[in-house]
Amino acid sequence: MKFTIDGQEIEAKPGQTIMEAADAAGIYIPRLCAHSDLKPIGSCRVCTVIVDGRPQAACVKPVAEGMVVENETPELLEHRRNIIDMMFVEGNHFCMFCERSGNCELQAMAYRFGITAPQYPFQFPPKEVDASHPDVMLDHNRCIMCARCVRASQELDGKNVFQSIGRGFDRKIGVNGEKVLADTDMSVDDRSADVCPVGCIIKKRTAFKTPIGQRLYDHQPIGSDIEEGGHE
Amino acid sequence: MSKPKIATTSLAGCFGCHMSLLDIDERILQLIELIDFDKSPIDDIKKIEGRCAVGLIEGGCCNEENVHVLQEFREHCDVLVSLGDCATMGGIPAMRNNIPLAECFDEAYLTGITVYNPSGQVPNDPDIPLILDKVYPAHEVVKIDYFLPGCPPSADAIWAAVTALLSGKPIELPYELLKYD
Repeated sequence: MKFTIDGQEIEAKPGQTIMEAADAAGIYIPRLCAHSDLKPIGSCRVCTVIVDGRPQAACVKPVAEGMVVENETPELLEHRRNIIDMMFVEGNHFCMFCERSGNCELQAMAYRFGITAPQYPFQFPPKEVDASHPDVMLDHNRCIMCARCVRASQELDGKNVFQSIGRGFDRKIGVNGEKVLADTDMSVDDRSADVCPVGCIIKKRTAFKTPIGQRLYDHQPIGSDIEEGGHE
Repeated sequence: MSKPKIATTSLAGCFGCHMSLLDIDERILQLIELIDFDKSPIDDIKKIEGRCAVGLIEGGCCNEENVHVLQEFREHCDVLVSLGDCATMGGIPAMRNNIPLAECFDEAYLTGITVYNPSGQVPNDPDIPLILDKVYPAHEVVKIDYFLPGCPPSADAIWAAVTALLSGKPIELPYELLKYD
């Protein structure tokens, strides 16, 4: 079936989401909660596109014949920038000492959008660090509530280490309710330890292994691999 | 025509951004052809005097003296640039922002494991600038025109920004010069 993104005709297979079809066609739609190995949940809203005049999350919206999708409009770029800005001020993102810096998808997204400073007041919310586990650290200061770890633990590891708890601004990632990571069956080899887009889930004793200049997003903006034609 | 002036200051920062400024190496000779320094740790002028084309602010505001200096810079500078992560988002000093101030003082002067303070006094002299409840990024205190994040921003980023401003162009950093670390 055929549909268009920003006027460009795209071939899609039935059942594909807009994001999957766009990826295959080499069009990058920015995303933070979506991950190619996980079921999409449409949570972060960074991948919002306009479908036949209405905003939709490209990671969950299936393609339909003749669909007209807008992706890179000034309004959508501004909308995405606003979301990224909010993520920066609602957490405590100290890139200067974060182990994920250079490989962080949130930071890379901000680079891609050319953000030099968020336009909202910083909240500096009090957050916890859970270093109880011998091999994995959980730093809630950096969490953006993408729930990739929740899904990876359930879908890929067959476990249930992470859950979303609380509501609104107080929502956070919990482990077995109010327990700490050491009380769970979390293993450093779990896929849930790999999928965190930011520096929230960190494998201990792996920090700063990649020198500056060789990290994932040092030279190429996030999404470049998709735009060059390859799958993520 | 006299050369335009640049003023620089380090508020709640570590002087790392100024070290990065010096990292422009021999280009500093070109810079001196283009501009004069007003108040700056580089020439040790203590008070901002004349009209400045550009003010470079390192560090956020952690005390009332920082606020005072920042407001003076805003009054005297045509273009004010937040230089580095501390000016832009508070940086390392802002790590205290979600800890009550009293707890910070206790840890620093009374209960910290490396503290030796037999008198049990916490510094409270009127000559010491009053500390603020938290560390504020520069743009939450005065209007800031440009941001140059990085810890520190690279010498190439600083050079690109300053030369663009001096030729009246907007700062447009290539991808590899915009970094938060």
